[in-house]
Amino acid sequence: MQIAVASGKGGTGKTTIATSLALSLASLAKVRYFDCDVEAPNGHLFLKPEFTESTPAVIRIPQIQTEKCTACGRCVEVCEFHALAKVGKNILVFPQLCHGCGSCTWNCPENAIVEVPNPIGTIERGMALENIEFFRGLLTISEPMPTPIIRQLKKRMQPQPNTINIYDAPPGASCSVVETLRGVDFALLVTEPTPFGLHDLKQMLGILADMHIPSGIVINRDGIGDDSLEETLREYNVPVLLRVPFDRKLAENLAAGRTLVDVYPEYGGILRELYQQITEIMGGKAK
Amino acid sequence: MSAQNSKAKQLIILSGKGGTGKTSISAAFAHLSAAHANSHPMVFVDADVDAANLSLVLEPESLEPKEFWGGSLAEIDPEKCINCGACSPVCRYDAIFPDPKNDQVQWIDPIACDGCAACVYACPEGAISMVRQHEGNWFQSNTSFGMLFHAELFPGRENSGKLVTLIKQQARLYAEDIQSQCVIIDGPPGIGCPVISACAGTDLGLIVTEPSLMGLHDLKRVLGTLRHFHVPAVVCVNKADIYPEGTRAIREFAAAEGLDLIGEIPYDEKIPRAMIEGKPVTVLFPDSPAAKAIQEVWHKTIDLLNLQED
Repeated sequence: MQIAVASGKGGTGKTTIATSLALSLASLAKVRYFDCDVEAPNGHLFLKPEFTESTPAVIRIPQIQTEKCTACGRCVEVCEFHALAKVGKNILVFPQLCHGCGSCTWNCPENAIVEVPNPIGTIERGMALENIEFFRGLLTISEPMPTPIIRQLKKRMQPQPNTINIYDAPPGASCSVVETLRGVDFALLVTEPTPFGLHDLKQMLGILADMHIPSGIVINRDGIGDDSLEETLREYNVPVLLRVPFDRKLAENLAAGRTLVDVYPEYGGILRELYQQITEIMGGKAK
Repeated sequence: MSAQNSKAKQLIILSGKGGTGKTSISAAFAHLSAAHANSHPMVFVDADVDAANLSLVLEPESLEPKEFWGGSLAEIDPEKCINCGACSPVCRYDAIFPDPKNDQVQWIDPIACDGCAACVYACPEGAISMVRQHEGNWFQSNTSFGMLFHAELFPGRENSGKLVTLIKQQARLYAEDIQSQCVIIDGPPGIGCPVISACAGTDLGLIVTEPSLMGLHDLKRVLGTLRHFHVPAVVCVNKADIYPEGTRAIREFAAAEGLDLIGEIPYDEKIPRAMIEGKPVTVLFPDSPAAKAIQEVWHKTIDLLNLQED
Protein backbone atom coordinates (compact mmCIF):
# COMPACT_ATOMS: atom_id res chain seq x y z
CA MET A 1 0.00 0.00 0.00
CA GLN A 2 1.27 3.43 -0.95
CA ILE A 3 -0.21 6.41 0.85
CA ALA A 4 0.64 10.05 0.19
CA VAL A 5 -0.05 12.65 2.87
CA ALA A 6 -0.73 16.01 1.19
CA SER A 7 -2.55 19.27 1.90
CA GLY A 8 -2.29 22.18 -0.51
CA LYS A 9 -1.81 24.79 2.20
CA GLY A 10 1.43 24.60 4.14
CA GLY A 11 1.57 24.06 7.88
CA THR A 12 -1.73 22.19 8.21
CA GLY A 13 -0.09 19.18 9.86
CA LYS A 14 0.99 16.84 7.03
CA THR A 15 4.15 15.80 8.84
CA THR A 16 2.33 15.47 12.18
CA ILE A 17 -0.11 12.99 10.66
CA ALA A 18 2.39 11.21 8.40
CA THR A 19 4.92 10.54 11.17
CA SER A 20 2.32 9.30 13.67
CA LEU A 21 0.66 7.18 10.99
CA ALA A 22 4.04 5.58 10.28
CA LEU A 23 4.66 4.93 14.00
CA SER A 24 1.19 3.46 14.49
CA LEU A 25 1.39 1.12 11.49
CA ALA A 26 4.86 -0.16 12.30
CA SER A 27 3.31 -2.84 14.51
CA LEU A 28 1.22 -4.13 11.57
CA ALA A 29 3.66 -4.21 8.69
CA LYS A 30 7.00 -3.04 7.40
CA VAL A 31 6.77 0.74 7.02
CA ARG A 32 8.83 2.96 4.76
CA TYR A 33 8.67 6.72 5.13
CA PHE A 34 9.60 9.01 2.23
CA ASP A 35 10.02 12.70 3.01
CA CYS A 36 9.18 14.21 -0.39
CA ASP A 37 9.13 17.82 0.89
CA VAL A 38 12.70 18.15 -0.36
CA GLU A 39 12.73 21.96 -0.02
CA ALA A 40 11.80 21.95 3.66
CA PRO A 41 11.84 18.37 4.97
CA ASN A 42 10.85 17.92 8.61
CA GLY A 43 9.93 14.23 9.08
CA HIS A 44 13.38 13.41 10.49
CA LEU A 45 12.81 15.79 13.41
CA PHE A 46 10.09 13.42 14.67
CA LEU A 47 11.11 9.94 13.50
CA LYS A 48 14.79 10.53 14.35
CA PRO A 49 16.42 8.30 11.74
CA GLU A 50 20.09 7.50 11.91
CA PHE A 51 21.20 8.15 8.34
CA THR A 52 23.62 5.50 7.17
CA GLU A 53 23.55 6.17 3.44
CA SER A 54 23.75 9.35 1.42
CA THR A 55 23.79 9.49 -2.36
CA PRO A 56 23.83 12.58 -4.53
CA ALA A 57 20.64 13.34 -6.48
CA VAL A 58 21.83 14.37 -9.91
CA ILE A 59 20.66 15.76 -13.20
CA ARG A 60 22.69 14.68 -16.20
CA ILE A 61 23.75 17.88 -17.88
CA PRO A 62 25.49 18.31 -21.23
CA GLN A 63 29.18 18.94 -21.52
CA ILE A 64 30.35 20.11 -24.93
CA GLN A 65 33.49 18.45 -26.28
CA THR A 66 34.98 21.47 -27.95
CA GLU A 67 37.26 19.48 -30.24
CA LYS A 68 34.20 17.86 -31.86
CA CYS A 69 31.76 20.81 -31.66
CA THR A 70 31.24 22.75 -34.89
CA ALA A 71 29.00 25.31 -33.16
CA CYS A 72 26.16 24.43 -35.55
CA GLY A 73 23.67 25.45 -32.87
CA ARG A 74 21.40 22.42 -33.22
CA CYS A 75 21.55 21.78 -29.42
CA VAL A 76 20.45 25.35 -28.71
CA GLU A 77 17.54 24.91 -31.13
CA VAL A 78 16.22 21.71 -29.57
CA CYS A 79 16.51 22.81 -25.93
CA GLU A 80 13.05 23.77 -24.69
CA PHE A 81 14.45 25.26 -21.50
CA HIS A 82 17.01 27.74 -22.88
CA ALA A 83 19.75 25.91 -21.01
CA LEU A 84 22.15 26.25 -23.94
CA ALA A 85 23.24 29.36 -25.81
CA LYS A 86 25.54 30.02 -28.70
CA VAL A 87 27.95 32.87 -28.10
CA GLY A 88 30.28 33.42 -31.02
CA LYS A 89 31.91 30.04 -31.73
CA ASN A 90 31.09 28.66 -28.30
CA ILE A 91 28.16 26.80 -26.82
CA LEU A 92 27.44 27.76 -23.20
CA VAL A 93 25.56 25.51 -20.76
CA PHE A 94 23.43 26.94 -17.92
CA PRO A 95 23.17 24.04 -15.44
CA GLN A 96 20.37 25.57 -13.36
CA LEU A 97 18.06 25.78 -16.38
CA CYS A 98 18.84 22.25 -17.57
CA HIS A 99 16.17 19.59 -16.94
CA GLY A 100 18.54 16.76 -17.88
CA CYS A 101 16.24 15.50 -20.62
CA GLY A 102 19.01 14.43 -23.02
CA SER A 103 17.48 16.03 -26.09
CA CYS A 104 20.65 17.98 -26.97
CA THR A 105 22.81 14.88 -26.63
CA TRP A 106 20.69 12.84 -29.03
CA ASN A 107 20.28 15.63 -31.54
CA CYS A 108 23.93 16.70 -31.86
CA PRO A 109 25.00 15.72 -35.40
CA GLU A 110 28.67 15.57 -34.35
CA ASN A 111 28.20 13.47 -31.20
CA ALA A 112 30.00 16.26 -29.44
CA ILE A 113 27.96 16.16 -26.24
CA VAL A 114 28.64 13.94 -23.25
CA GLU A 115 26.56 14.04 -20.11
CA VAL A 116 28.00 14.65 -16.69
CA PRO A 117 26.23 14.36 -13.38
CA ASN A 118 25.30 17.68 -11.81
CA PRO A 119 24.35 17.23 -8.15
CA ILE A 120 21.27 19.21 -7.09
CA GLY A 121 20.70 17.54 -3.76
CA THR A 122 21.06 14.35 -1.78
CA ILE A 123 19.00 11.29 -1.00
CA GLU A 124 19.48 9.83 2.44
CA ARG A 125 18.42 6.56 4.01
CA GLY A 126 18.44 5.24 7.55
CA MET A 127 16.50 3.35 10.16
CA ALA A 128 14.18 5.40 12.36
CA LEU A 129 12.04 4.82 15.46
CA GLU A 130 10.00 1.58 15.51
CA ASN A 131 12.18 0.10 12.78
CA ILE A 132 10.76 2.42 10.12
CA GLU A 133 12.94 2.61 7.02
CA PHE A 134 13.34 6.33 6.44
CA PHE A 135 14.21 8.03 3.15
CA ARG A 136 14.50 11.72 2.51
CA GLY A 137 15.47 14.00 -0.33
CA LEU A 138 17.20 17.29 0.32
CA LEU A 139 17.39 20.02 -2.33
CA THR A 140 20.65 21.95 -2.21
CA ILE A 141 20.13 25.60 -1.28
CA SER A 142 19.91 27.82 -4.41
CA GLU A 143 18.97 24.90 -6.69
CA PRO A 144 15.57 25.54 -8.27
CA MET A 145 14.23 22.07 -9.18
CA PRO A 146 12.81 19.77 -6.50
CA THR A 147 10.97 17.42 -8.87
CA PRO A 148 13.93 15.32 -10.13
CA ILE A 149 14.94 14.62 -6.52
CA ILE A 150 11.43 13.43 -5.67
CA ARG A 151 11.46 11.20 -8.75
CA GLN A 152 14.80 9.65 -7.74
CA LEU A 153 13.73 9.32 -4.10
CA LYS A 154 10.62 7.36 -5.02
CA LYS A 155 12.57 5.14 -7.41
CA ARG A 156 14.88 4.09 -4.59
CA MET A 157 12.36 1.60 -3.36
CA GLN A 158 9.70 -0.12 -5.44
CA PRO A 159 6.47 -0.91 -3.59
CA GLN A 160 6.33 -4.41 -2.14
CA PRO A 161 3.51 -6.52 -0.73
CA ASN A 162 3.01 -6.29 3.04
CA THR A 163 4.91 -3.04 3.05
CA ILE A 164 3.32 0.32 3.67
CA ASN A 165 4.99 3.24 1.93
CA ILE A 166 4.12 6.67 3.32
CA TYR A 167 4.99 9.74 1.26
CA ASP A 168 5.06 13.10 3.06
CA ALA A 169 4.25 15.60 0.26
CA PRO A 170 5.40 19.21 -0.16
CA PRO A 171 2.84 22.03 0.24
CA GLY A 172 1.25 23.72 -2.76
CA ALA A 173 -0.35 22.16 -5.81
CA SER A 174 2.28 22.30 -8.52
CA CYS A 175 4.58 19.83 -10.24
CA SER A 176 6.44 18.61 -7.14
CA VAL A 177 3.15 17.58 -5.51
CA VAL A 178 2.12 15.75 -8.69
CA GLU A 179 5.45 13.91 -8.74
CA THR A 180 4.87 12.80 -5.12
CA LEU A 181 1.36 11.58 -5.92
CA ARG A 182 2.24 9.67 -9.10
CA GLY A 183 1.50 5.98 -8.66
CA VAL A 184 0.22 6.12 -5.06
CA ASP A 185 -2.89 4.16 -4.09
CA PHE A 186 -4.42 6.71 -1.76
CA ALA A 187 -4.02 10.34 -0.74
CA LEU A 188 -4.67 11.42 2.82
CA LEU A 189 -5.40 15.16 2.75
CA VAL A 190 -4.67 17.10 5.92
CA THR A 191 -6.52 20.40 6.12
CA GLU A 192 -7.68 22.98 8.62
CA PRO A 193 -11.16 24.51 8.79
CA THR A 194 -10.14 27.97 7.56
CA PRO A 195 -10.70 29.74 4.23
CA PHE A 196 -6.99 29.27 3.35
CA GLY A 197 -7.11 25.56 4.14
CA LEU A 198 -10.28 25.13 2.12
CA HIS A 199 -9.09 27.11 -0.91
CA ASP A 200 -5.90 25.07 -1.22
CA LEU A 201 -7.66 21.78 -0.50
CA LYS A 202 -9.92 22.38 -3.52
CA GLN A 203 -6.79 22.64 -5.70
CA MET A 204 -5.62 19.27 -4.36
CA LEU A 205 -9.00 17.66 -4.99
CA GLY A 206 -8.76 18.87 -8.60
CA ILE A 207 -5.36 17.22 -9.06
CA LEU A 208 -6.51 13.98 -7.46
CA ALA A 209 -9.57 13.81 -9.72
CA ASP A 210 -7.33 14.25 -12.78
CA MET A 211 -4.99 11.53 -11.52
CA HIS A 212 -7.82 9.16 -10.48
CA ILE A 213 -6.44 8.79 -6.95
CA PRO A 214 -8.97 8.17 -4.16
CA SER A 215 -8.65 10.36 -1.08
CA GLY A 216 -9.86 11.00 2.43
CA ILE A 217 -9.64 13.99 4.74
CA VAL A 218 -8.04 14.68 8.09
CA ILE A 219 -9.37 17.88 9.67
CA ASN A 220 -6.62 19.19 11.89
CA ARG A 221 -7.09 21.98 14.46
CA ASP A 222 -10.77 21.12 14.37
CA GLY A 223 -12.79 23.86 16.03
CA ILE A 224 -10.67 26.92 15.09
CA GLY A 225 -12.70 27.73 12.00
CA ASP A 226 -16.10 27.82 10.38
CA ASP A 227 -18.48 25.43 8.61
CA SER A 228 -17.57 26.17 5.00
CA LEU A 229 -15.08 23.27 4.92
CA GLU A 230 -17.72 20.71 5.92
CA GLU A 231 -20.16 22.07 3.33
CA THR A 232 -17.57 21.79 0.58
CA LEU A 233 -16.57 18.27 1.57
CA ARG A 234 -20.19 17.16 1.28
CA GLU A 235 -20.28 18.71 -2.19
CA TYR A 236 -17.15 16.86 -3.29
CA ASN A 237 -18.23 13.62 -1.63
CA VAL A 238 -14.86 12.99 0.07
CA PRO A 239 -14.96 11.14 3.40
CA VAL A 240 -13.66 12.75 6.60
CA LEU A 241 -11.54 10.01 8.17
CA LEU A 242 -10.21 11.81 11.24
CA ARG A 243 -10.58 15.01 13.24
CA VAL A 244 -7.81 16.27 15.50
CA PRO A 245 -9.12 19.06 17.75
CA PHE A 246 -7.03 22.19 18.26
CA ASP A 247 -5.12 21.90 21.50
CA ARG A 248 -2.43 24.20 22.77
CA LYS A 249 -0.68 21.46 24.70
CA LEU A 250 -0.36 19.42 21.50
CA ALA A 251 0.93 22.44 19.53
CA GLU A 252 3.59 23.03 22.19
CA ASN A 253 4.72 19.40 22.19
CA LEU A 254 4.85 19.16 18.40
CA ALA A 255 7.00 22.28 18.40
CA ALA A 256 9.46 20.46 20.65
CA GLY A 257 9.68 17.51 18.25
CA ARG A 258 7.31 15.12 20.03
CA THR A 259 4.81 13.18 17.93
CA LEU A 260 1.04 13.06 18.15
CA VAL A 261 1.08 9.41 19.33
CA ASP A 262 3.72 10.21 21.90
CA VAL A 263 1.60 13.00 23.41
CA TYR A 264 -1.73 11.16 23.07
CA PRO A 265 -1.09 7.38 22.79
CA GLU A 266 -4.77 6.72 22.00
CA TYR A 267 -4.07 8.03 18.48
CA GLY A 268 -2.13 4.80 17.82
CA GLY A 269 -5.38 2.83 17.72
CA ILE A 270 -7.22 5.65 15.96
CA LEU A 271 -4.64 5.77 13.16
CA ARG A 272 -4.66 1.99 12.77
CA GLU A 273 -8.43 2.24 12.40
CA LEU A 274 -7.95 5.01 9.83
CA TYR A 275 -5.66 2.67 7.89
CA GLN A 276 -8.36 0.02 8.07
CA GLN A 277 -10.83 2.50 6.56
CA ILE A 278 -8.36 3.25 3.76
CA THR A 279 -7.97 -0.45 2.92
CA GLU A 280 -11.76 -0.78 2.89
CA ILE A 281 -12.08 2.16 0.48
CA MET A 282 -9.36 0.60 -1.69
CA GLY A 283 -11.03 -2.82 -1.53
CA GLY A 284 -14.27 -1.24 -2.71
CA LYS A 285 -12.44 0.38 -5.59
CA ALA A 286 -10.83 -2.91 -6.64
CA LYS A 287 -14.22 -4.60 -6.95
CA MET B 1 8.85 64.07 0.44
CA SER B 2 8.33 62.86 -3.08
CA ALA B 3 9.24 59.40 -4.32
CA GLN B 4 9.71 60.68 -7.83
CA ASN B 5 12.45 59.21 -9.96
CA SER B 6 13.32 56.59 -7.41
CA LYS B 7 12.61 52.95 -8.13
CA ALA B 8 10.12 51.21 -5.87
CA LYS B 9 11.70 49.05 -3.17
CA GLN B 10 10.70 45.38 -3.07
CA LEU B 11 10.00 43.52 0.17
CA ILE B 12 9.72 39.72 0.05
CA ILE B 13 8.02 37.80 2.88
CA LEU B 14 9.18 34.17 3.19
CA SER B 15 9.20 31.34 5.71
CA GLY B 16 10.57 28.06 4.37
CA LYS B 17 8.02 26.08 6.35
CA GLY B 18 4.42 26.58 5.28
CA GLY B 19 1.70 27.85 7.57
CA THR B 20 3.81 30.13 9.76
CA GLY B 21 1.66 33.18 8.99
CA LYS B 22 3.18 34.84 5.89
CA THR B 23 -0.16 35.72 4.37
CA SER B 24 -1.79 36.99 7.58
CA ILE B 25 1.21 39.28 8.10
CA SER B 26 1.28 40.36 4.44
CA ALA B 27 -2.41 41.28 4.62
CA ALA B 28 -1.83 43.30 7.79
CA PHE B 29 1.12 45.05 6.11
CA ALA B 30 -1.12 45.95 3.15
CA HIS B 31 -3.57 47.58 5.56
CA LEU B 32 -0.86 49.37 7.56
CA SER B 33 0.84 50.60 4.39
CA ALA B 34 -2.31 52.46 3.36
CA ALA B 35 -1.91 54.73 6.38
CA HIS B 36 1.76 55.24 5.55
CA ALA B 37 1.50 56.03 1.85
CA ASN B 38 -1.52 58.16 1.05
CA SER B 39 -0.78 59.72 -2.27
CA HIS B 40 1.28 56.87 -3.75
CA PRO B 41 -0.14 53.60 -2.42
CA MET B 42 2.07 50.58 -2.13
CA VAL B 43 1.61 47.63 -4.49
CA PHE B 44 1.02 44.01 -3.42
CA VAL B 45 1.96 40.70 -5.01
CA ASP B 46 0.81 37.22 -4.02
CA ALA B 47 3.69 35.09 -5.25
CA ASP B 48 2.32 31.83 -3.84
CA VAL B 49 0.67 31.08 -7.17
CA ASP B 50 -0.26 27.46 -6.55
CA ALA B 51 -1.87 28.13 -3.17
CA ALA B 52 -2.81 31.80 -3.49
CA ASN B 53 -4.56 33.13 -0.41
CA LEU B 54 -3.78 36.84 -0.07
CA SER B 55 -6.80 37.74 -2.22
CA LEU B 56 -9.03 35.98 0.33
CA VAL B 57 -8.26 38.69 2.91
CA LEU B 58 -7.79 41.80 0.75
CA GLU B 59 -11.26 41.77 -0.83
CA PRO B 60 -10.13 42.52 -4.37
CA GLU B 61 -12.33 43.81 -7.17
CA SER B 62 -10.85 41.76 -9.94
CA LEU B 63 -10.23 43.26 -13.30
CA GLU B 64 -10.28 40.90 -16.29
CA PRO B 65 -8.29 37.67 -15.81
CA LYS B 66 -5.32 37.48 -18.16
CA GLU B 67 -4.12 34.16 -19.49
CA PHE B 68 -0.74 32.73 -18.58
CA TRP B 69 0.72 30.53 -21.27
CA GLY B 70 3.73 28.66 -19.92
CA GLY B 71 5.62 25.82 -21.51
CA SER B 72 4.53 23.21 -24.04
CA LEU B 73 3.71 19.53 -23.75
CA ALA B 74 4.18 16.84 -26.39
CA GLU B 75 1.15 15.27 -28.06
CA ILE B 76 1.02 12.33 -30.44
CA ASP B 77 -1.25 12.47 -33.49
CA PRO B 78 -2.84 8.98 -33.50
CA GLU B 79 -3.46 9.28 -37.24
CA LYS B 80 0.27 9.55 -37.92
CA CYS B 81 1.66 7.22 -35.23
CA ILE B 82 2.86 3.85 -36.62
CA ASN B 83 3.61 2.43 -33.16
CA CYS B 84 7.32 2.01 -33.94
CA GLY B 85 8.31 2.70 -30.34
CA ALA B 86 11.12 5.15 -31.14
CA CYS B 87 9.74 7.75 -28.75
CA SER B 88 9.54 5.96 -25.42
CA PRO B 89 13.25 5.11 -24.97
CA VAL B 90 14.25 8.80 -25.23
CA CYS B 91 11.72 9.88 -22.58
CA ARG B 92 13.39 10.27 -19.19
CA TYR B 93 10.07 11.02 -17.48
CA ASP B 94 8.34 7.67 -18.10
CA ALA B 95 5.55 9.57 -19.82
CA ILE B 96 4.96 7.49 -22.99
CA PHE B 97 2.67 4.45 -22.97
CA PRO B 98 0.44 2.53 -25.36
CA ASP B 99 -2.76 4.57 -25.71
CA PRO B 100 -5.28 3.23 -23.16
CA LYS B 101 -8.04 3.86 -25.72
CA ASN B 102 -6.22 2.29 -28.68
CA ASP B 103 -3.18 0.08 -28.09
CA GLN B 104 -2.09 0.36 -31.73
CA VAL B 105 -0.65 3.81 -31.06
CA GLN B 106 1.47 5.49 -28.39
CA TRP B 107 0.17 8.09 -25.97
CA ILE B 108 1.85 10.74 -23.80
CA ASP B 109 0.60 11.19 -20.25
CA PRO B 110 0.27 14.99 -19.86
CA ILE B 111 0.76 14.66 -16.10
CA ALA B 112 4.15 13.00 -16.52
CA CYS B 113 5.39 14.92 -19.61
CA ASP B 114 8.13 17.44 -18.79
CA GLY B 115 7.83 19.25 -22.12
CA CYS B 116 11.42 18.55 -23.22
CA ALA B 117 10.50 17.60 -26.82
CA ALA B 118 13.08 14.78 -27.01
CA CYS B 119 10.34 12.50 -28.42
CA VAL B 120 9.42 15.06 -31.08
CA TYR B 121 12.89 14.72 -32.62
CA ALA B 122 12.99 10.95 -32.15
CA CYS B 123 9.76 10.30 -34.06
CA PRO B 124 10.49 9.28 -37.67
CA GLU B 125 6.91 10.02 -38.77
CA GLY B 126 6.64 13.59 -37.52
CA ALA B 127 3.65 12.43 -35.46
CA ILE B 128 4.54 14.32 -32.28
CA SER B 129 4.18 18.03 -31.82
CA MET B 130 4.59 20.47 -28.97
CA VAL B 131 1.38 22.16 -27.84
CA ARG B 132 1.59 25.30 -25.74
CA GLN B 133 -0.30 25.14 -22.49
CA HIS B 134 -2.64 27.59 -20.87
CA GLU B 135 -1.23 27.03 -17.37
CA GLY B 136 -3.09 29.60 -15.32
CA ASN B 137 -4.50 33.10 -15.09
CA TRP B 138 -3.25 36.28 -13.51
CA PHE B 139 -5.09 39.30 -12.21
CA GLN B 140 -4.59 42.93 -11.43
CA SER B 141 -7.16 43.79 -8.76
CA ASN B 142 -8.14 46.90 -6.87
CA THR B 143 -8.24 46.60 -3.11
CA SER B 144 -9.05 49.28 -0.59
CA PHE B 145 -5.32 49.44 0.32
CA GLY B 146 -3.78 49.48 -3.16
CA MET B 147 -3.35 47.37 -6.27
CA LEU B 148 -2.90 43.59 -5.87
CA PHE B 149 -1.21 41.41 -8.50
CA HIS B 150 -2.07 37.76 -8.06
CA ALA B 151 -2.42 34.59 -10.07
CA GLU B 152 -3.78 31.09 -10.11
CA LEU B 153 -1.60 28.39 -11.53
CA PHE B 154 -3.86 25.55 -12.63
CA PRO B 155 -3.47 22.57 -10.28
CA GLY B 156 -0.48 20.36 -10.99
CA ARG B 157 1.19 22.68 -13.49
CA GLU B 158 4.84 23.53 -13.86
CA ASN B 159 6.35 26.94 -14.46
CA SER B 160 5.24 28.51 -11.21
CA GLY B 161 8.55 30.43 -11.26
CA LYS B 162 7.74 31.96 -14.64
CA LEU B 163 4.32 33.04 -13.44
CA VAL B 164 5.82 34.61 -10.31
CA THR B 165 8.31 36.51 -12.48
CA LEU B 166 5.48 37.70 -14.71
CA ILE B 167 3.28 39.13 -11.95
CA LYS B 168 6.26 40.68 -10.15
CA GLN B 169 7.23 42.43 -13.35
CA GLN B 170 3.69 43.71 -13.87
CA ALA B 171 3.60 44.96 -10.29
CA ARG B 172 6.92 46.77 -10.72
CA LEU B 173 5.78 48.50 -13.89
CA TYR B 174 2.57 49.57 -12.20
CA ALA B 175 4.51 50.78 -9.13
CA GLU B 176 6.65 52.93 -11.40
CA ASP B 177 3.57 54.37 -13.09
CA ILE B 178 1.97 55.49 -9.85
CA GLN B 179 5.34 56.40 -8.26
CA SER B 180 4.81 53.93 -5.48
CA GLN B 181 7.63 53.54 -3.01
CA CYS B 182 7.30 49.86 -2.31
CA VAL B 183 6.10 46.51 -3.64
CA ILE B 184 5.20 44.00 -0.89
CA ILE B 185 5.49 40.38 -2.03
CA ASP B 186 3.83 37.51 -0.13
CA GLY B 187 6.13 34.61 -0.99
CA PRO B 188 5.61 30.87 -1.43
CA PRO B 189 6.82 28.25 1.07
CA GLY B 190 9.94 26.18 0.40
CA ILE B 191 13.20 27.30 -1.20
CA GLY B 192 12.86 26.12 -4.81
CA CYS B 193 11.99 27.63 -8.16
CA PRO B 194 9.08 29.99 -7.27
CA VAL B 195 10.92 31.20 -4.14
CA ILE B 196 14.02 31.98 -6.18
CA SER B 197 11.88 33.89 -8.70
CA ALA B 198 10.12 35.73 -5.87
CA CYS B 199 13.47 36.75 -4.28
CA ALA B 200 15.12 37.97 -7.46
CA GLY B 201 15.91 41.67 -7.30
CA THR B 202 14.29 42.29 -3.91
CA ASP B 203 15.70 44.75 -1.37
CA LEU B 204 14.76 43.03 1.85
CA GLY B 205 13.56 39.59 2.92
CA LEU B 206 11.37 39.30 6.02
CA ILE B 207 11.36 35.70 7.24
CA VAL B 208 8.30 34.71 9.27
CA THR B 209 9.14 31.71 11.41
CA GLU B 210 7.55 29.83 14.29
CA PRO B 211 9.14 28.57 17.51
CA SER B 212 9.40 24.89 16.66
CA LEU B 213 12.18 22.56 15.58
CA MET B 214 10.57 22.64 12.13
CA GLY B 215 10.39 26.43 12.00
CA LEU B 216 14.07 26.77 12.90
CA HIS B 217 15.17 24.00 10.53
CA ASP B 218 13.42 25.65 7.58
CA LEU B 219 14.45 29.16 8.66
CA LYS B 220 18.06 28.09 8.17
CA ARG B 221 17.33 26.92 4.65
CA VAL B 222 15.43 30.02 3.59
CA LEU B 223 18.09 32.28 5.14
CA GLY B 224 20.70 30.39 3.12
CA THR B 225 18.64 31.01 -0.01
CA LEU B 226 18.27 34.76 0.62
CA ARG B 227 21.99 35.11 1.36
CA HIS B 228 22.91 33.14 -1.75
CA PHE B 229 21.00 35.70 -3.81
CA HIS B 230 22.43 38.61 -1.79
CA VAL B 231 19.08 39.73 -0.37
CA PRO B 232 19.45 41.27 3.14
CA ALA B 233 17.28 39.33 5.59
CA VAL B 234 15.54 39.93 8.92
CA VAL B 235 13.33 37.57 10.89
CA CYS B 236 10.23 37.69 13.09
CA VAL B 237 8.74 34.89 15.18
CA ASN B 238 5.02 34.22 14.94
CA LYS B 239 3.11 32.36 17.69
CA ALA B 240 6.20 33.15 19.78
CA ASP B 241 4.71 32.16 23.15
CA ILE B 242 3.48 28.70 22.07
CA TYR B 243 6.88 27.18 22.81
CA PRO B 244 9.13 29.71 24.57
CA GLU B 245 12.12 27.39 24.40
CA GLY B 246 11.80 27.35 20.62
CA THR B 247 11.73 31.15 20.54
CA ARG B 248 14.87 31.20 22.67
CA ALA B 249 16.56 28.85 20.19
CA ILE B 250 15.62 31.21 17.34
CA ARG B 251 16.97 34.21 19.27
CA GLU B 252 20.25 32.37 19.82
CA PHE B 253 20.47 31.32 16.19
CA ALA B 254 19.72 34.86 15.00
CA ALA B 255 22.36 36.34 17.32
CA ALA B 256 24.97 33.83 16.17
CA GLU B 257 24.17 34.50 12.50
CA GLY B 258 24.02 38.29 12.82
CA LEU B 259 20.40 38.09 11.73
CA ASP B 260 18.21 40.90 13.03
CA LEU B 261 15.17 39.58 14.96
CA ILE B 262 12.68 42.40 14.54
CA GLY B 263 9.66 41.10 16.40
CA GLU B 264 7.89 38.41 18.35
CA ILE B 265 4.18 38.03 17.64
CA PRO B 266 2.22 36.14 20.32
CA TYR B 267 -0.19 33.32 19.52
CA ASP B 268 -3.56 35.00 19.19
CA GLU B 269 -6.81 33.36 18.13
CA LYS B 270 -7.73 36.73 16.57
CA ILE B 271 -5.48 35.81 13.61
CA PRO B 272 -7.53 32.79 12.41
CA ARG B 273 -10.67 34.71 13.40
CA ALA B 274 -9.73 37.58 11.06
CA MET B 275 -8.86 35.11 8.30
CA ILE B 276 -12.34 33.60 8.58
CA GLU B 277 -13.90 37.06 8.43
CA GLY B 278 -11.79 37.70 5.32
CA LYS B 279 -10.01 40.82 6.62
CA PRO B 280 -6.54 41.73 7.92
CA VAL B 281 -6.23 41.27 11.70
CA THR B 282 -5.13 44.91 12.08
CA VAL B 283 -8.46 46.03 10.58
CA LEU B 284 -10.76 43.86 12.67
CA PHE B 285 -8.87 43.61 15.95
CA PRO B 286 -6.42 46.54 16.03
CA ASP B 287 -5.99 46.26 19.80
CA SER B 288 -5.30 42.53 19.88
CA PRO B 289 -1.81 41.53 21.04
CA ALA B 290 -0.98 40.03 17.63
CA ALA B 291 -2.08 43.14 15.71
CA LYS B 292 0.04 45.38 17.98
CA ALA B 293 3.09 43.19 17.55
CA ILE B 294 2.63 43.09 13.76
CA GLN B 295 2.41 46.89 13.77
CA GLU B 296 5.78 47.05 15.49
CA VAL B 297 7.30 44.66 12.95
CA TRP B 298 5.85 46.82 10.17
CA HIS B 299 7.45 50.01 11.51
CA LYS B 300 10.84 48.31 11.80
CA THR B 301 10.49 46.94 8.27
CA ILE B 302 9.76 50.30 6.66
CA ASP B 303 12.63 51.85 8.59
CA LEU B 304 14.94 49.17 7.18
CA LEU B 305 13.64 49.86 3.68
CA ASN B 306 14.28 53.51 4.31
CA LEU B 307 10.82 54.55 3.17
CA GLN B 308 9.56 58.07 3.70
CA GLU B 309 6.09 59.16 4.78
CA ASP B 310 4.21 60.74 1.90
